[in-house]
Amino acid sequence: MQLYFNLYFKFLGMHLKGQMQYKASFFMTAIGRFFVSFAMFLSVYFMFSRFNAVEGFTFEQALLCFATVHMAFSLAEMFGRGFDAFPLMLGNGEFDRVLVRPRNIIFQVLVTKMGFARLGRLVQAAIVLCYAIPASGVIWTWDKVLTLCLMILCGSAVFSGLFLIYAAFSFFTVEGLDLMNIFTDGGCEFGRYPFSVYGEHVLRFLTFVIPLALFQYYPLLYLLDRERNPLFMFLPLIGSLFLLPSYVFFRAGLRRYKSTGS
Amino acid sequence: MITLQSIHKTFRVAKRQAGFGRAVKALFSREYELIHALDDISFSVDDGEMVGYIGPNGAGKSTTIKIMCGILTPESGTCDINGRTPWKERTAHVRDIGVVFGQRSQLWWDVPVIDSFELIRDIYVVSESLYRRNLDELSALLDLGELLKTPARSLSLGQRMRCEIAASLLHSPKTLFLDEPTIGLDAVSKIAVRQFIKKLNAEHGTTVILTTHDMQDIEALAERVLLIGKGKILLDGTFAELKNACQSTKMLVVEYRGSAPGICAGMTLADAREGRLAITLDPSTLPIPNAIAHLAEQAELLDVSVSGISAEEMVAALYKEYRI
Repeated sequence: MQLYFNLYFKFLGMHLKGQMQYKASFFMTAIGRFFVSFAMFLSVYFMFSRFNAVEGFTFEQALLCFATVHMAFSLAEMFGRGFDAFPLMLGNGEFDRVLVRPRNIIFQVLVTKMGFARLGRLVQAAIVLCYAIPASGVIWTWDKVLTLCLMILCGSAVFSGLFLIYAAFSFFTVEGLDLMNIFTDGGCEFGRYPFSVYGEHVLRFLTFVIPLALFQYYPLLYLLDRERNPLFMFLPLIGSLFLLPSYVFFRAGLRRYKSTGS
Repeated sequence: MITLQSIHKTFRVAKRQAGFGRAVKALFSREYELIHALDDISFSVDDGEMVGYIGPNGAGKSTTIKIMCGILTPESGTCDINGRTPWKERTAHVRDIGVVFGQRSQLWWDVPVIDSFELIRDIYVVSESLYRRNLDELSALLDLGELLKTPARSLSLGQRMRCEIAASLLHSPKTLFLDEPTIGLDAVSKIAVRQFIKKLNAEHGTTVILTTHDMQDIEALAERVLLIGKGKILLDGTFAELKNACQSTKMLVVEYRGSAPGICAGMTLADAREGRLAITLDPSTLPIPNAIAHLAEQAELLDVSVSGISAEEMVAALYKEYRI
């Protein structure tokens, strides 16, 4: 464990060294990311400037939702960026190198690429969160603070699981990977609003199949005192179990790769 | 010690046919073709041996290497490398092997080579003293010196290959797999790489298995040659045996003064010029000394040279013989 921790920072250092070679590109991407998610923020703002509330959520409450989802997503994206580049790794044979190194395979995939430029989104999310936390009108007792932390951390676990599935799909097919983006990038984008606004079917799907709602909608209800049941506080933890099937799927893909070599 | 026993590997490849209509059809029902990449491959390699693995493109060389590295799992057969099955004990196995893929780099593109080396040291958890010793030795032998401070992207192909080989040996592996290590290198770099591999094998007793298309590599390096074609081992022997396996036509060139000597049975005139004759012959029917004696009787010879056909021609002849 200690070893992997050290290795992670070694890889981090290597990526920084490499990316510093292209300073302009680094800052442009970071700024670009900032504005992309800023545009999303604006869309929330304009939505509420026309309607005072959506499904009973005020602008500030929706912002809290927006910021948590973005925070979770950008954390997952920063650490799980390697999965994004995975189809490429398979294509150019770099993955074979991973297989001849005596370290955990998923770890090695994770560290092949790190998206510092994604800091832009993280900064954006942090700023909005800093505004929304006092503005949402939530009285921040310790259990609410814990809930918020769980929402963010387990949220990035769920997104990481989705990235892992995305990577695993590329063992089976080179086409059709874009479909997965509906849940990764799409999950982040639609997560601007509490998932209940999309209707009951969507909510059910996002509860039982891809548990995005488990770290967004339900704990949000608890934060806003609409639900007093402490179960809602710990639902994000259950959501993060999503990592398990994702992992199993990846292993299955790996087994296939080792028998076909492509 | 490496032992492979009746390894089989089949790939299922989708048949692709030309034409739009067929492409649409292929969306729904695809026809597959089974390709026997490896068909009952068995051989064993002792510790400290140096083996050249040759064969035409698509013969199964890379597949075998991938199986030995633990990247691929065969359908049947056993493979034992230093007491382990590569695809079952991947982590333990790969600690003991070094792999160089001639066509791919393991160095970080944008950072100095030495940083890549240090990362590899950390991945393999090589102790500082061993790392120092290996690095000093490798940079002396491969003449890395200044290259270590250069980002990989600014290295020439030959320089990069030297660094790649060093990178694969930092953890003192017992076995080194080289997949086309001299591909695209200039003559000087090729010789440097060959000399290094030879030295490594002699001094450290590292087992070396290399695939190549360059016959001079094989001639210079491999005491033993494995020829593979269509997934089968066709020949397992020394380079000399490989030479004997094909009809060894020799080329005899003589320079003479005066009138041209006549040729006798068993000789074929390849080229005749004023004062110079080139003759091909088969030494098994007409021994070379006899041929020279025959010519010397008729004319005053100034110079005689005998050469075999080149190694490439030889292997091409072998491929033809085995119809691969």
